[in-house]
Amino acid sequence: MIQSRIPVVLKFLRRRLWQVAPVVLGIALLNFLILQLAPGDVVDVLAGEAGAATPEYMAQLRASFGLDKPVPAQLFYYLKNTAMLDLGFSFRQNMPVLQLILERLPATLVLMVTAMSVAAASGLVLGVISARCVHRAADRVISVFVLIAYALPTFWLGLMAIVLFSAKLGWLPSSGMTDISVELTGLDYLLDVAKHALLPALTLATFYLAVYTKLIRTAMLEYFGADFIRTARAKGATEIRITLFHALRNALLPLMTMLGLQLGSILSGAVLVESVFSWPGLGRLAFESILARDFNLLLGILLFSSVMVTVLNICVDVVYASLDPRIEL
Amino acid sequence: MRLPPRFLFFLNAAAILALTTASASAQTVGTNPTPGGVLNVSILTEPVTLNSGIHTTMYIGEVASKVQEGLISFDADLKPVPSLATKWEVGPDGKTVAFDLRKSVKWHDGKDFTAADVEFTLKEVWQKIHPFGKAAFANVDSVEVPNPHRIVLHLSAPAPYLLNYINAYGAPVLPKHLYEGTDIVNNPYNVKPIGTGPFIFKEWVKGSHIRLEKNPDYWRKGQPYLDGILFRFIPDAAARVVALQSGEVDVSVGSALPATSLAQFQDESRYSFNQIDGNYLATIAFAQFNLNEKHLSDKRVRQAIAYAIDREALLKMVYLGYGKVATGPVPSSVTKYYTPDTRQYPLDLKRAAQLLDEAGYKADAGGKRFGLRLITAANQTQYTRTAEFIKQSLARIGIEVELQIPDYATFLRRVFTDWDYDIYVSSMHRMPDPTLGVQRIFWTRNIRKGVPWTNSSGYSNPKLDAIMEQAAREPDETKRKAQIKEWQQIVQEDVPILELVEPVWITVSTVRFKKLALQGDGLFSSWADAWLAPKK
Repeated sequence: MIQSRIPVVLKFLRRRLWQVAPVVLGIALLNFLILQLAPGDVVDVLAGEAGAATPEYMAQLRASFGLDKPVPAQLFYYLKNTAMLDLGFSFRQNMPVLQLILERLPATLVLMVTAMSVAAASGLVLGVISARCVHRAADRVISVFVLIAYALPTFWLGLMAIVLFSAKLGWLPSSGMTDISVELTGLDYLLDVAKHALLPALTLATFYLAVYTKLIRTAMLEYFGADFIRTARAKGATEIRITLFHALRNALLPLMTMLGLQLGSILSGAVLVESVFSWPGLGRLAFESILARDFNLLLGILLFSSVMVTVLNICVDVVYASLDPRIEL
Repeated sequence: MRLPPRFLFFLNAAAILALTTASASAQTVGTNPTPGGVLNVSILTEPVTLNSGIHTTMYIGEVASKVQEGLISFDADLKPVPSLATKWEVGPDGKTVAFDLRKSVKWHDGKDFTAADVEFTLKEVWQKIHPFGKAAFANVDSVEVPNPHRIVLHLSAPAPYLLNYINAYGAPVLPKHLYEGTDIVNNPYNVKPIGTGPFIFKEWVKGSHIRLEKNPDYWRKGQPYLDGILFRFIPDAAARVVALQSGEVDVSVGSALPATSLAQFQDESRYSFNQIDGNYLATIAFAQFNLNEKHLSDKRVRQAIAYAIDREALLKMVYLGYGKVATGPVPSSVTKYYTPDTRQYPLDLKRAAQLLDEAGYKADAGGKRFGLRLITAANQTQYTRTAEFIKQSLARIGIEVELQIPDYATFLRRVFTDWDYDIYVSSMHRMPDPTLGVQRIFWTRNIRKGVPWTNSSGYSNPKLDAIMEQAAREPDETKRKAQIKEWQQIVQEDVPILELVEPVWITVSTVRFKKLALQGDGLFSSWADAWLAPKK
């Protein structure tokens, strides 16, 4: 059965990937035009931070950054470069945009994937328990817990975690992704990253946790009353089997939808947590590039993330189809 | 990201209490240096490049000054002391300045440092690109290099301010062999500097840290004591506080910690404070008026506003006492030229109301006279709070203030390019000499739309222009002092800009961090003489 689906998936991928190109170009165009509306440019900010400037110097900078050209010409160069997959150069950071993004990407992925996995896994478990014990003590406790976790501002939770675990107890490092005072390799390095990632990932997970728990709980409750569950019961299936194989499998679909959507926010969703924990991720890079009007970099990040979102959407569609055979690609 | 204002206010109250009970702040001077160890430092913001010769941003200087060096450096009283220059003399007419350069100094790539490097940097970088340097070296006509270790500047007019300025931040020397014939602004060495300083640039992981390592061939024998320096970039203010408390960071430079958190570091057995590191910058926080605005074009309105703001209270509430009330455009730390003998504006609401009445802006039945917009950038909490303070103060004399707090880039555009503002609140470095840092605010020729930190109030006073231009080339120190005094008196009478507070730049460190001597330009100290005492 699986084998027979592979050509279908390939055909689907081919069709969808063709659709990606115009979508991404459209996004690039929109990004560029919207950013034109922001007052001030990268030279203003550089000169402002320097505390002094001369008009000649500012003009020289604008000329060397290509900012003295009319907007249509800038747009033309931007689209041309984008079409050739050249993300350009960040004059503020003195580095190619792609290099800046790729340097930050691993940190973002580590943080987001860990946080999402923790949130999805615990959301799944808590949601199932909630649904099984609906309106009983366990359900109520879980509801209150996830609600509080959701309502607490993540930056505050992060700060409090730092104060407790780093400043008071000294168990975990408060900032960064690795211990930069020593050179580590292999397993030691992984352990070090894990130690640094623990607080930020858990902090970030609390935000997503509530949504996943509630989603699973609601979907499961709906299915518990459905005809096919009654049929399964009539067949004599055990409650565990009904919960895990009949109801949960179906309840995974809305979870996948949500995961797909939130994976899209992978680049921007963690700005606060990245700031509090000095995590060298892409969210902060994007945020700082907005403040600095470093539009080459910002456009690069936006484009990069739009590509990622479209690709992830395609993946989610494929996963849908494998979870639910009724869905056709 | 910042804590909500309410929370900060709560902390303020606690900090004021702590301040009034704290004794004189401890300093960081020590004897018997212990070699070894890596110093962990946090600064407010990650720099954009590492070349102070191009951008005068503080954060760049705070890091680059460990790698790059200037001809001179400054002691605790801002008197010049030798660095790359061993000796200097100013000709009797003030029109020549000669420097003897240190011998057998090497760049970090092994090449010799000579007068050719200084000549190149002066002509191509300080005079052409450096934003303050263009003014500081404007009078330099020609340069003579009699031998590789001496350089003589010939000036068209005396430049008495030069020796107050040319340290590693104001005029860092760049290696000619790496910059000559290149696009200097985009030279790759701007982000991996090669200098002559005590520390060698090792790596820069964007968003994380910059690593510097000890220069074993440094010209000061036996120094540096530290094996290296790690600058860590912690974007969140509260996280910077925790990093110092947990020992992950040893020194927090340039007011990187919010004033509201300083109460947590009052334990003198664990932490030391340094409040003179930024004297060289001579910063003043101010409110500037747009003289093109109908009401503010009237001197009496500006004076009325000055009388309505209690700057003592502002200093206590917003700056928590860390600083002084400003009395004029030249800060008190510039002792040579500072004078308090100018028109002062103590809190006097009656006088303010009277001045507004005279100007023809009578209060209506509800006590209102007119409205003004007040703009400040959202990136600095204390400016936002200063703006709120001014809004409350002016309400008492019937001026209704509308606060506008956009992001930094928008603020710069609105104030300096569009002039679309009535009052703005910010701070400016006045530099060790008024000609360098103060003249630009009032000079008619510096009314330049589109350029940040120029004369954006549109204030123009030909008499003052003449005095400032004369002071810029006056070789006689006594006459120059008199000119600068008159200058201060004129602007305090006209108040195109309302000077509010002289904030101090605070360095908080573990007591283990020591230096052989304090410096008035300590933010830009090379830290060759710094060490970390062993843990007790």
